[in-house]
Amino acid sequence: MTWRNTLVGALAFAVVASAAVVLPAWLMSLATIALANALVVLGLIILWRAGLVPFGQALFYATGAYTVALLGRFTDLRDAVLFVIAAALLSGILAYLVGLLLARYRDIFFAMLSLAMSMILYGVLVKTETLGSTDGFHVESATFFGSALHGRTAELVLFWFVLAWCALAALVVSVYFRSVAGSLAVPVREREIRLEFLGISVNRLIHLKLIIAGTLAGIGGALAALAVEHVDPTMAYWTTSGGFVFVTILAGAGSIAAAFIGSFLFELVRSVAVDLMPGTWQIILGTVLLLTILFLPGGLGSVVTVGRRRLGIKTP
Amino acid sequence: MRHAMCMRGHRIVVLAAALSLGLVSAAPAQQAAEPAPVKIGIITFLTGPAAAPFGIPGRNGAEVIIEALNAGKVPAPYNQVGLGGAKIEAKYVDEAGSTAQVVTEYRNLVQRDKVDVVVGFVSSGSCLAVAPVADELQALTVFDVCGTTRIFEEKPRKYIFRVNPHATMDNVAAARYVLNKLKTVNTYSGINQNYAWGQDSWRDFTLAMKNLAPQATADKVLFPKLFAGEFGAEISALLTSNAQVIHSSFYDGDLEAFIYQGGARGLLSRTPIVFTTGETSLYRVGAKLPDGVMIGARGPHALMAHQGPLNSWLWQAYTDRFSMPPVYPAYHMAQSLFGLKAAWEKAQAKKGGARPTTDEVIAAFEGIEVVTPSTTVRLAIGKGHQGVSDTAYGTYRFNKSEGKPELVDIVRYPAECVNPPADMDSVAWLEGGMKGAKCD
Amino acid sequence: MLTAFAILTDGLVYAAYLFVVAIGLSLIFGVMKILNVTHGSFYAFGAYGAAIAVGAYFNADYAAAGGFLLMGVVAIVVGLVLGLLIERGLLRVVYGRDEVVVVLVTYSAFLILEDVLRLLWGTESYALYQPLAIGGNVMVGGLVLSGYDIGLVVFAIVLAFAASYALRHTRYGRLLTVVIFDRELAAAFGINVSVMYTVTFVLGAILGALGGAVMAPKIAVTLGIGVEVIVLAFAVVIIGGLGSIEGALIGALIVGTCRAAAVHLVPQLELFVIYAVMALVLVFRPYGLFTRAQPRKI
Repeated sequence: MTWRNTLVGALAFAVVASAAVVLPAWLMSLATIALANALVVLGLIILWRAGLVPFGQALFYATGAYTVALLGRFTDLRDAVLFVIAAALLSGILAYLVGLLLARYRDIFFAMLSLAMSMILYGVLVKTETLGSTDGFHVESATFFGSALHGRTAELVLFWFVLAWCALAALVVSVYFRSVAGSLAVPVREREIRLEFLGISVNRLIHLKLIIAGTLAGIGGALAALAVEHVDPTMAYWTTSGGFVFVTILAGAGSIAAAFIGSFLFELVRSVAVDLMPGTWQIILGTVLLLTILFLPGGLGSVVTVGRRRLGIKTP
Repeated sequence: MRHAMCMRGHRIVVLAAALSLGLVSAAPAQQAAEPAPVKIGIITFLTGPAAAPFGIPGRNGAEVIIEALNAGKVPAPYNQVGLGGAKIEAKYVDEAGSTAQVVTEYRNLVQRDKVDVVVGFVSSGSCLAVAPVADELQALTVFDVCGTTRIFEEKPRKYIFRVNPHATMDNVAAARYVLNKLKTVNTYSGINQNYAWGQDSWRDFTLAMKNLAPQATADKVLFPKLFAGEFGAEISALLTSNAQVIHSSFYDGDLEAFIYQGGARGLLSRTPIVFTTGETSLYRVGAKLPDGVMIGARGPHALMAHQGPLNSWLWQAYTDRFSMPPVYPAYHMAQSLFGLKAAWEKAQAKKGGARPTTDEVIAAFEGIEVVTPSTTVRLAIGKGHQGVSDTAYGTYRFNKSEGKPELVDIVRYPAECVNPPADMDSVAWLEGGMKGAKCD
Repeated sequence: MLTAFAILTDGLVYAAYLFVVAIGLSLIFGVMKILNVTHGSFYAFGAYGAAIAVGAYFNADYAAAGGFLLMGVVAIVVGLVLGLLIERGLLRVVYGRDEVVVVLVTYSAFLILEDVLRLLWGTESYALYQPLAIGGNVMVGGLVLSGYDIGLVVFAIVLAFAASYALRHTRYGRLLTVVIFDRELAAAFGINVSVMYTVTFVLGAILGALGGAVMAPKIAVTLGIGVEVIVLAFAVVIIGGLGSIEGALIGALIVGTCRAAAVHLVPQLELFVIYAVMALVLVFRPYGLFTRAQPRKI
């Protein structure tokens, strides 16, 4: 069963990758950012399965983005792969440190403490006038395997690059979900104390989840910085974190694919709404969100699950 | 996903049809048939806290001007229909959202809606993020309200123009006006929002003060959070300070809240204060703002405009339509649009009346001198992409008999007096003693 | 000395503002465990309603006292209409779903209501300046204080006492305490939790709108005022401990005083204050200051 899933996933990524060739430029740049954000959502799904919802995931998102931006500004490094690896490492380390404290918290306290931490980073960035304060600054274009690209090629290669990271992340996360640590998510949420009685350290399980989610958010931020070519402190603001949480719930915790589809649809709906009703697009966005919650209780991911059941395929 | 693809296909068909129609009709019967319209994307804040002070007046200004241009009703030198005879088709887009979303919307305008020109952006963050994208997409873009000096100072930008002068002018002129009114200043305080706009404004003001009144020192330097709403502590701090003047670049919501709360505690009548962008709020605060407060309008706009037929027309047309006089963001929009029109028509004339390409408009735009409703702007700095103009500050007075705000003691400063020269960054110019400033 | 006095008074005024804004949120969270994002809408509608209705009242030159009373009436009307609409129309459908899903529902409602505001009253900002003028100002210890601010502090204190009294000494209040403590037990004892929820939500909505109504004279009532309030209110409630009046009060006092001290002594830190306080409190008191120990369920 797992091999089939991996195969289906690989096929889906391949289809999207080849579809990119005919995608119009505006839709591709929208999809690039949506996919970068989907990595953050993927991390949030991991936490949400264990009943944890951080309102400060933007902390890692901004860390990843600023890592890329600062490397471009103060060093001669330009390699995209290197940028993203550096961002992943740094946000992973930060997640480890923050996790030392945060892993002990649950519920709303977990949410608010993580929010406080991201807001402190926001404050520091706003105060750093040499980095442009709230205006932020330009991110130098990255090179891909030694060559600088321009125009349509650059957009296409960046899209594939982001897609490749998404595929890698999807693979890693699916492996994690099948591991012992990953499959203990529901028990962590439902019956934490029983796990403790079994001699399993729940805090350690959560700490690991935090590190994975933080690293994913860092990669997402790095990719978003490469796509937008600009960073600013809003990336660390609580509304950014809030936005990720909402996409997560919209997507549902059911499947990995949901993170990507949910993130893409969210950006698309928003963009179409702004296009149709520039002054009152929030009504459309809000209504779509409401209808999704009311009629798709398991999130967008449940469409996939229900579809499978109808086709007689057992879910793993 | 599939849905999106369908939509895309549909759009392309429509676009292709529109495009071919345009080509067919343009080619053989250039004189007889109406030329294909010029599509302009206008991005500004339509929602959120920056909508009321900047976004909506800008949008309204654009609406009035574009409608009149299409009808050929704007006074000379802009009496030709639309842009060089081609009608303008405007599409309005909201600037609210993250930088990524603003950039996405910009790309949508250029790549999906195929607009010929994008005009707009209030937030300096948006402008900085969009500038490299504009160069990459080779899309002509005219920045509107955003004031940061960094746009052309960090890098020359081929496809970007900003007809409106940048924010250094506002704060240098503020310092000059304060010293003009108060003669000697030994201490001053500042209250500015804690984000780039506030920080930059305060930096430029203090640097200008260092040059113009070297003995003066800053006392309270307050940076409340953006949209904090409650300023009790800041007002107390200013009340316990003996600074002779207060500098503030607050706008709209924060500005009005500060005026109400500061007024209630007697701060505004106790210490002279200069609001560098105060003009947008005058009609709303009315008599609640005590007489004597110093007011800027980011240029010689609205109540401080040079009089002339173009200004009278804009004032009247805007007031008739929205039953409220235009404030400076409407004037900024007018400068952007008339700047574009002047460049477009100059390029068209050079081409013997044929529709100019983007590159031809850019060539005509660089260094152009533009007559706008309030003043004349020259694109003299930023390699011919950044406008400079004279500016003015005035002192507030509420005309009780007519129930309307007025500005008196208006002092005008020529462009060379308050703007850096072409070959210098603003901060370097301010730190180097404002060399070459000519104020006669 | 003057600075110390200023910190104290500014802290009190800011605390009063925070408390008035946060108490409705605290009530709803305490009873229903809902992180209610529409609280920002209640606040905004209360402010708009007051700015328009009370503004018109003062313009017609009626007695001043009635104007202040009208603020309360506006808050009640706004709270009743919006509270009932959202609780009966939306939340009822999603009770029992994951708590975060309920948050998303309130967020969606918040988005829609933001634009409803815009459709109803346009993009112009409104001012309700008369109450500040009527309040005048007084010189106390070398500092000019606004009469309205003093009134606000008194109002917050009265509100705190009234709420605390109502919780302890009225029938509904006691029932509410039971629901806050253990909702399953409360239901088992025959308390109609469903009705309690409706009443609580409407009360919370009224309090949220009241926060907006009493703040309206001090601010420019404009688009987007609801957003900032949400996190501010949440921080205060978290610091104090959820679902506790004393907690919200102490939380507001701590944040208010710290912020005032920062503005007067180290203005650079003002931006961080509320979050730094929240982080510190949570590090040492993981459930806020005033939360009683909860038995862990196995």
